[in-house]
Amino acid sequence: MAYAPLRIEHMTVAYQQKPVLRNVSLEVPEGKLIGIVGPNGAGKSTLIKATLGLVPPLSGKVEIYGKPYDKQRHLVGYVPQRESVDWDFPTDALDVVMMGRYGKLGWFRRPGAEDKKAALQCLAQVGMAEYANRQISQLSGGQQQRVFLARALAQDASLYFMDEPFAGVDAATEKAIIGLLNELKTQGKTVLGVHHDLSTVRDYFDWVLLLNVEVIAAGPTSQVFTAENLQRTYGGRLAMLERDSTSVLIANRR
Amino acid sequence: MSGWWNALADPNTQWIMLGSMLLGLCSGVIGSFAYLRKQSLMGDVLSHAALPGVCIAFMLTGTKSLWQFLIGAAIAGILATFGIGWITRHSRIKQDAALAIVLTVFFGAGIALLTQIQHNGNGNQSGLDKFLFGQAAAMVPTDVRAVAVVTIVLVGLCALLFKEFKLVSFDPGFARGLGYPVVFLEQLLMFLAVVTVVAGIQAVGVVLMASLLITPAVSARYWSDKLNVMVALAGTFGAVSGLIGTMISAGGNHLPTGPLSVLSATALFLVSVLFAPRRGMLSVALARLAARNRIKRETAATWVERKEEAV
Repeated sequence: MAYAPLRIEHMTVAYQQKPVLRNVSLEVPEGKLIGIVGPNGAGKSTLIKATLGLVPPLSGKVEIYGKPYDKQRHLVGYVPQRESVDWDFPTDALDVVMMGRYGKLGWFRRPGAEDKKAALQCLAQVGMAEYANRQISQLSGGQQQRVFLARALAQDASLYFMDEPFAGVDAATEKAIIGLLNELKTQGKTVLGVHHDLSTVRDYFDWVLLLNVEVIAAGPTSQVFTAENLQRTYGGRLAMLERDSTSVLIANRR
Repeated sequence: MSGWWNALADPNTQWIMLGSMLLGLCSGVIGSFAYLRKQSLMGDVLSHAALPGVCIAFMLTGTKSLWQFLIGAAIAGILATFGIGWITRHSRIKQDAALAIVLTVFFGAGIALLTQIQHNGNGNQSGLDKFLFGQAAAMVPTDVRAVAVVTIVLVGLCALLFKEFKLVSFDPGFARGLGYPVVFLEQLLMFLAVVTVVAGIQAVGVVLMASLLITPAVSARYWSDKLNVMVALAGTFGAVSGLIGTMISAGGNHLPTGPLSVLSATALFLVSVLFAPRRGMLSVALARLAARNRIKRETAATWVERKEEAV
């Protein structure tokens, strides 16, 4: 029997005393683009971080393709939030992408010519080949995001976690990223991404996870991404307009 | 000039020079990682926290041995870092305030212990009071050999674990995702900083040690956008600072070597801030000037075109 790329059972995470995630259980299908959607403070990033062991969960179990994460690291790629690092670090784009190969290198070993070739290829895939030797602080926000994406590609994983891959990037970059995600999908890879723009969820994702501390709903976008479920996820903070049978959603600016 | 050469020909001075240079090299290399991990002040905390550790090590054993001091300073340093972590986690106090609290408490305790040792006077304590500001001139060949061992181990570790240290400094979250023992690597970097501080206590003293850890690293950052070049440069700047410090001190004006090394490092820093390519103030100003002139010319050119069109 084929195992699901990701299975979470009864995961609870708390910072200090307050639970950020409560009793989250989830099983995602293979080869889909999955959007994690919910209001600020709903625990979207925390879900990714707890899955990857970056924050310790109070309870719960995570399985990647049927085994604990510790044994399956090589199958997992990770794109952190862009602001999580200092972009003035003395390194260039190629070097950052090369970091994606470190997991397979082992202790003391330096990345070699083969790793460099692979990293260059990943940069080319995100349309950044000509920026390989650019210092990372001299890249625009969108380019930095692409570098992070290329680093995840260099991990050559089967399951990808992306923390707000579209945050602060222009329309062209967003299009390039979504093109890349679809390419990953055709290769049978599974991508989970935190997403904020409700108006594009239907276009981008096959599957959605509506999250607000607890799992509100999870399933194929066409079934789960409904006005009623969104109201339950966002509480009363959402206004909705029905127009031409596609729902346009506007968050109330209160 | 001849006074210098005579002084430098003295084997004693040569040992001191070698010790100062190795110390500068060590602190430059390990300081680069501390600086990039936004832990610049941690060097200050570790060096001040080392003082009570060293004093207690001396009180327990009654001897001045680098290795015992290292253990004492390491324990004190670990306690200090845990203290800072505990305060930031369990109170509303932010890290800068926590650093200030812990640094001063440890330093205060250190001074109290130091005074206590001097009043007891078991005859062996002479030189211990030099730990505040250091006395490079008191370095004997065995001390320099110990510093050399420290340098070889530290530089060797940084070379071997360069990739690991780089990733942990740049993106610890990603490193943890890859399965790196991030906490261990961070503790190792911290421990190497403690080792450097202890190695430098005798020559430079706890108060000025933070300067040697950070200033060469900050200077080196101005000259390079590549981590390996930056670390190598920081080591070189540190070593050169030690060299210049010793040379001026040996010039016969009785100025202490440690503080002179620190001043040399600061002079190198000023040169870097002003004249470094691309990031230096001069080159930034020139680039701005060039850009402004270009815009002016372009604007003037369009005016002329418009006038010609009007005519």
